[in-house]
Amino acid sequence: MYSEKVMDHFQHPRNVGEIENASGVGTVGNAKCGDIMRMYLDIDDNGIIQEAKFKTFGCGAAVATSSMATELVKGKTIQEALEVTNKAVMEALDGLPPVKVHCSLLAEEAIHAALWDYAEKHGIKIEGLQKPKSDIHEGEEAEEEEY
Amino acid sequence: MGKLIYLDNAATTKTSESVLQAMLPYFTECYGNASSIYSIGTKSKEAITKSRETIAATLGAKPEEIYFTAGGSESDNWALKATAEAYESKGKHIITSKIEHHAILHTCEYLEKRGYEVTYIDVDENGTVKLDQLEKAIRPDTILISIMYANNEIGTIQPIKEIGEIAKKYGVLFHTDAVQAYGQLPINVDECHIDMLSSSGHKLNGPKGIGFLYIRKGVKIRSFVHGGAQERKRRAGTENVPGIVGYGKAAEEAFASMQDRTAKETELRDYLIDRVLAEIPYTRLNGHRTNRLPNNANFSFQFIEGESLLIMLDMEGICGSSGSACTSGSLDPSHVLMAIGLPHEIAHGSLRLTLGADTTKEDIDFVIEKVKGIVAKLRSMSPLYEDFVKKQK
Repeated sequence: MYSEKVMDHFQHPRNVGEIENASGVGTVGNAKCGDIMRMYLDIDDNGIIQEAKFKTFGCGAAVATSSMATELVKGKTIQEALEVTNKAVMEALDGLPPVKVHCSLLAEEAIHAALWDYAEKHGIKIEGLQKPKSDIHEGEEAEEEEY
Repeated sequence: MGKLIYLDNAATTKTSESVLQAMLPYFTECYGNASSIYSIGTKSKEAITKSRETIAATLGAKPEEIYFTAGGSESDNWALKATAEAYESKGKHIITSKIEHHAILHTCEYLEKRGYEVTYIDVDENGTVKLDQLEKAIRPDTILISIMYANNEIGTIQPIKEIGEIAKKYGVLFHTDAVQAYGQLPINVDECHIDMLSSSGHKLNGPKGIGFLYIRKGVKIRSFVHGGAQERKRRAGTENVPGIVGYGKAAEEAFASMQDRTAKETELRDYLIDRVLAEIPYTRLNGHRTNRLPNNANFSFQFIEGESLLIMLDMEGICGSSGSACTSGSLDPSHVLMAIGLPHEIAHGSLRLTLGADTTKEDIDFVIEKVKGIVAKLRSMSPLYEDFVKKQK
């Protein structure tokens, strides 16, 4: 059900771990829905993301999207990191099964949450960044009609 | 990949070689329609009769009380919907439990939308239906109690005889979904006052696509599938002769080998449970410790999610299953694990391993080592575990 790239990132996740005294840390998702993603970013004085690490509680797709998201934001500026959308993460993984698309949304939210934390700590405002939703599943899961 | 270790026998089983051999002639040699009068049709009819008698004998039932269906889900649907319809004038209230299979629960939801009332009985922390609550739920308009014989996820065996006695005392029909129990436990429909019982062939090394519903003589439910006069006019459609033959053979073998097989499985199951609980911290067993299906073990590993665990086990050639949301296609974890009171995050980290007749101790040792390693790896990646460890300091 998963692409080779998803399986690769699941089996050999990149950048697993924590960053001590990280510039920004964001945790999104909830245990109720079965996935929690925490992203650590180390951002230098020029606003470049030098290091990105993650920890994830979740399914194969949740681990793979976290791994890919950290890869995609490393070396980027804050503005560039904001352009790492869930679509970008999915494309980089050669797609996800429809029921797992929310995992890529979670990855995008994790980046935003870590950047939000960085901005708050430094008392700055990042243009185009909104406070991340606490629950990415809000409004999801429309009931399928039963016969 | 090396050897496949299949520990998902509650999902389905391998069709046994002898079952397959028994079925084969009924595809290409004795392919006649059992309703026809020529010899190859008669042979089909005889084969169906033989299977029906074999199966009836395993339950202490009469052959004419066994109705072949396409499987467990059809049997469950038939029992509930047809009872609801037939006994509508007596009442529109049904009692079931919170841990039934979806073939029961979704059928109940369907009936609720059509004006029936359903009471869902709670289970205790071991997954045993609360008998006092069940008895209190009975009303003058209650027409049916449907409680599973043993649970498919956590393996807990229900007090079927006691439930049957309660049903009899109040004159309410009693149906049991025995899809997991049939072939694993001795069942007697008279001793347990069972009026209807569902079973499925592929759970006991028989073929897929065949099941039966036992309907006690005198229970007035009508046909679910209309058409020809097959199955005493109660279930139309040309009989699945190879399936019925295979089912009969599988039942014969399962009951002949039951004592030795389940003794061996129980021993291996207990070995698996004891070692996992002793060697992997922050782990719990789901379901009753002893009063459970001989081949079922179900664990929850704190701080990790079930699908990840399953994929990693699969890479080692191990097949298991999980009650996590990710494996169910919805956002909620298993309703059974919720009903026994597990918090969401612990329900998401469940692993069910169901043994088969050919499972060996070496298999179990291999699986335990792999599970230990994988759980440790996933915990090292888990933010929940990170938070937990920090709190401990």
